[in-house]
Amino acid sequence: MSLEFEKTDNYFLILPVGDVLLYDDQKRITALFSSLKKVEKIKFDTKGLKSWDSSLVAFLFKLAMFCQKNNIMIDWSGLPKNLKQLVELALKVDRKPVIVKDKEISFFEKAGEWGIEKYITIKRVFSFVGDIWGAVKRFVAGTAVSRKIDFDFALEDCGYKAVGIVSLVSFMVGLILAFVGSIQLKMFGAEIYIASLVTIGMIRIMGAIMVGIIMAGRTGASYAATIGTMQVNEEVDALKTLGFNVADFLILPRLLSLILVMPFLTMLADIMGIIGGGVVAIFMLDIAPQQYVNFSVNAFGLNNFLVGLFHGFVYGVIISTSGCYYGVNCGRNADSVGLATTKAVVSSIVIMIVATGIITWICQLMGI
Amino acid sequence: MNNICIKGEKIEVAYGSNVLMREVDFEINKGDVFIIMGGSGCGKSSLMRVMTGLKEPSKGKVWILAKDFYAQDDENKKLIMRDCGILYQSGALFSSMTLAENVALPLQEYTDYSPDMIADLVELKLALVGLRGYGDFYPSEISGGMKKRAGLARALALDPKILYFDEPSAGLDPVSSKLLDDLILEINQSLGTTIVVITHELSSIFAIGNNSIFIDTDIKGVSAKGNPKDLLKNPPNQNVYRFLSGGKE
Repeated sequence: MSLEFEKTDNYFLILPVGDVLLYDDQKRITALFSSLKKVEKIKFDTKGLKSWDSSLVAFLFKLAMFCQKNNIMIDWSGLPKNLKQLVELALKVDRKPVIVKDKEISFFEKAGEWGIEKYITIKRVFSFVGDIWGAVKRFVAGTAVSRKIDFDFALEDCGYKAVGIVSLVSFMVGLILAFVGSIQLKMFGAEIYIASLVTIGMIRIMGAIMVGIIMAGRTGASYAATIGTMQVNEEVDALKTLGFNVADFLILPRLLSLILVMPFLTMLADIMGIIGGGVVAIFMLDIAPQQYVNFSVNAFGLNNFLVGLFHGFVYGVIISTSGCYYGVNCGRNADSVGLATTKAVVSSIVIMIVATGIITWICQLMGI
Repeated sequence: MNNICIKGEKIEVAYGSNVLMREVDFEINKGDVFIIMGGSGCGKSSLMRVMTGLKEPSKGKVWILAKDFYAQDDENKKLIMRDCGILYQSGALFSSMTLAENVALPLQEYTDYSPDMIADLVELKLALVGLRGYGDFYPSEISGGMKKRAGLARALALDPKILYFDEPSAGLDPVSSKLLDDLILEINQSLGTTIVVITHELSSIFAIGNNSIFIDTDIKGVSAKGNPKDLLKNPPNQNVYRFLSGGKE
């Protein structure tokens, strides 16, 4: 198989020979194109052509484009009918793109676009928070339009279905906390204070943080993916055109259920963490169970406990708002759902850490 | 058998205990434009899933390019499917890739073409479907009709011997629908590709089909075979007449 070519006085003759299948001799093609300089007319002789595939059509199409650019005439009559038909079909342009892609953008233009984009995002975030606030007010006034079954479903999903993973992770965190703490405390013969360390650590902050991280990855991601898929399937548009308020219908049940559940999950995490610490204390440090319980009860402070629960409540607001925000503002393709999910989880965790810092600082100022 | 491209032998399609169709026999010759027609919910798409290797029939055999498809091992099945191109209802383009990348994907995966040749082929395939210059566009940036044509360009990438179309006219305006029908015919005539189309658009059925089967929900099977125009002239039963005449009694 090959592409032969001959130059005569009047025209340039191209002869595809044999089976021109999977033809990819770029050197030969380049040589042919470079010998086309000063040619006025191209003809074809396909007597020797046995079979062909798209690679020959692609070559002919490229040749046609080259000749159009260089004002070279092509006489297609030497080609088999179906081959000619295909090249003609490829050359027939229905419409040209209206947008020119990949045009060069200056630095200032880019910076400007970035600034405008950020401004729009900030506006969108505030508007979203405003929508939620409106939905909460309507809920309190009893005028919010949402279904109880959606609330029940969300409650089930972020409630008892999360108990297993929250228990396991918190137990392990309590265990690790006790284990790491014991290494230092042993040096002073103060192993018994492991109970205080674990209890204060878990109820004040660690329990809430662990629940927050678990729920961001589990429930926040699920909110973003569910609402994002609804956006892709135009279900969100359908809701809007049916006159439903998206904040009432989609966000409120999820927000309320998570806010309701988070303090309970935080309490569960506290208990499981303390039990985890107890396992290390009793089985590795030989502390009597009664002693561990006594020290834990003594270390338990209502202030710490309430601060922990408050953290849980705030994390619930952050996770549900973030998950729903990225879901509602998801694009219209499969990729966007993945992106929305990732952004929901990452932003939830970042905002939670920032919020923790702020709450801790305020507590410090208030002497709690 | 030499001229037969796809053959179905006593195919039964079922989802659990729910039998959609049974005893389905058909023969599709090389170069045919074969229409699978029938009312909504009769199982046209399920039959196409059977023909494209996505769903094994509960009974019967499917011969594709003279091979008993479901009796082959996975490697052979893949080789057979490489000779088949499929245009899905929505185009099913990969949204994270540009149109050019979508078309290039099978070429990069299954051929030894150089990057230059792949670029030339991608340009050709997009030009064939009237999308010259749209290579850098993402699926989200083009219209529904263009998505279908881009999906067709991807289906054509490996020069398939068989092309399947699932409801090609669905969601298209009459002009785009006619353009797509013309394109199907041009591909069929110039490349000699066997074409299987699932549709209930009467204009498309009569414009492009030269062979067909009618799947009848009443009998859960095929109640008519042949050229759609002949079936309209001599309908074998009332359901076929009602369907092909656009609801006349």
